[in-house]
Amino acid sequence: MSNTLFDKVWDTHVIRKIEGGPDVLFIDRHLIHEVTSPVAFLGLKSRGIKVLYPERTFATADHNTPTINQHLPVADPLSANQLKALESNSNEYGISHWGLGHQKNGIVHVVGPEYGITQPGATIVCGDSHTSTHGAFGAIAFGIGTSEVEMVLASQCIMQPKPQKMRINVTGKLGFGVTPKDVALFIISQLTTSGATGYFVEYAGEVFESMTMEGRMTVCNLSIEMGARGGMIAPDETTISYVKGREFSPEGEAWEKALAYYKTLKTDADAVFDKEYTFDGSKIEPMITYGTNPGMGMGISNNIPDAEDVQGGITTYEKSLNYMGFHEGEAMLGKPVDFVFIGSCTNGRIEDFRAFASIVKGKQKAPNVTAWLVPGSHIVEAQIKQEGLLDIFNEAGFVLRQPGCSACLAMNDDKIPAGKYAVSTSNRNFEGRQGPGSRTMLASPLVAAAAAVTGKVTDPRDLIEELV
Amino acid sequence: MAYDKFTILKSTAVPLAIENVDTDQLIPARFLKATERVGFGDNLFRDWRYNPDNTPKKDFVLNDPTYSGKILIGGKNFGSGSSREHAAWAIYDYGFRCVVSSFFADIFRNNCLNIGVLPVQVSAVFAEKIFHAIASDPKAELEVNLANQSITLLSTGEQEKFEISSYKKDNMINGFDDIDYLQNIKSEIKEFAENLPL
Repeated sequence: MSNTLFDKVWDTHVIRKIEGGPDVLFIDRHLIHEVTSPVAFLGLKSRGIKVLYPERTFATADHNTPTINQHLPVADPLSANQLKALESNSNEYGISHWGLGHQKNGIVHVVGPEYGITQPGATIVCGDSHTSTHGAFGAIAFGIGTSEVEMVLASQCIMQPKPQKMRINVTGKLGFGVTPKDVALFIISQLTTSGATGYFVEYAGEVFESMTMEGRMTVCNLSIEMGARGGMIAPDETTISYVKGREFSPEGEAWEKALAYYKTLKTDADAVFDKEYTFDGSKIEPMITYGTNPGMGMGISNNIPDAEDVQGGITTYEKSLNYMGFHEGEAMLGKPVDFVFIGSCTNGRIEDFRAFASIVKGKQKAPNVTAWLVPGSHIVEAQIKQEGLLDIFNEAGFVLRQPGCSACLAMNDDKIPAGKYAVSTSNRNFEGRQGPGSRTMLASPLVAAAAAVTGKVTDPRDLIEELV
Repeated sequence: MAYDKFTILKSTAVPLAIENVDTDQLIPARFLKATERVGFGDNLFRDWRYNPDNTPKKDFVLNDPTYSGKILIGGKNFGSGSSREHAAWAIYDYGFRCVVSSFFADIFRNNCLNIGVLPVQVSAVFAEKIFHAIASDPKAELEVNLANQSITLLSTGEQEKFEISSYKKDNMINGFDDIDYLQNIKSEIKEFAENLPL
């Protein structure tokens, strides 16, 4: 029988199918952080249950950690309390804990791949919707709620109905200045925020095949923003060379066994999807969002669409424009920008900082802009320094902060003030997402960099001849 | 976590005719810092419900005494965004036991089912009928019958069936959760884990 990549990984992990109910799915790797795990541990305690496989769970603190002065005690008592709970729960149950100050600390979806916790063909869950990131490796990875975190700690299993299957093909070559973030924002703008709800997506075609792992992670990360539980890309040589030799990757005989498994992980030629889309990659422009959900994106040189052309709901459209202070049919180019944020599990990897540097090199930060540059991990931070990017940033008037989720969801002090405009490389432009009253425009690191040096929404292709 | 069993719910409903209600609106991230499951209801729809100075916004439906009840009627694509179960906790903690929409985001729906909030997906036409009925009479009652998988507008008798897996239905009727099930198949899980490719 012909199967998709998704079928192969899913079916390999099904312990039993419940009649009229979900499948019981075995989870290879479980990632936890400080915000969605404490109540799960309380549940375990009240039931008197131990963690079944503590070696399969990894804890890192990221959501509410400060991005400056991480050597000092965390000032906010509630955040400090959550961080302490993660540490004490991890210690009590024998789980690896990468807390603030630990060399491996960083954003859960950045450090997982960096240390080889993420493996092709694995099942990976975390109490965070952007767990879809790990699908870049051909893993089935998705976000779960706290009850399910407790379930995985207790049993290493999750109970899920098998989603439907969707394939999204992007053919051809991307144009100058068009990045993986633009590809994802373009797809979401076509499908809307609910267009893939109930589906698991496979991304296929030349555009994804030629992407680096960092780029693939950006694309898969944003799968949830069109409602999909997750998205995945078949592992290839790019994947295998990334995974090989990482700390938690298999070694020796186990590596050979794993490699044989990885090679089976592709969709059979005649496999059938429940839904399929094909887009021409050469037609995609650098993207920016104008509204308050990630489906409200547009090519940066276009005008805000008219109400009658919008698919995602008319009340949403009107409410969004009112919230953003924008108007139907206006251009986005030239709109003033107060804040720029580069970072998050979407765009907090080395390639994103290289892109940012390629624009700001030799220029100066616009005086009206406050910029937060937040690496996804200490490895990314070290690479930024080693590659000389930090010097470029400093000379252009930027400072680098310390790793964490930061202004993506503004649980720490990195909050965009009410009414201010931010060009952000993160994943959500919901009302108040980056701080109460904040107004977010989602975009790529190149668009963010162009805004940071001009102080307004600017097409990055106008600033440089050639991109790194 | 234990929750009240769900059988038949007869109640008035609170209408929120907005599409794409995301979990950041249901509970903003800055209220996710608790280490226990308490007090989330106070911050349900925090930024739509309260001004920055914490005074209630009079035009928001939860602040309008005309509307009350244990059922929340939302617009299409309800609960999109983050996986935070806190959004479902906030709904439960506020006093809602059932959310009705013509379309739910996936993780939110799962989270609701896991904590005892029943997500009832109805046709867009039926959702409109409910909104209309409440607009003409805020005291219009709905009856949600889980065993029959039906939702009825009591004023007109109009009824629609809704989908739920028989497994989840039994869980909610009995107040069970998945961990109760999984604890009983632990040896099967351990045996399975021995033979995985990774």
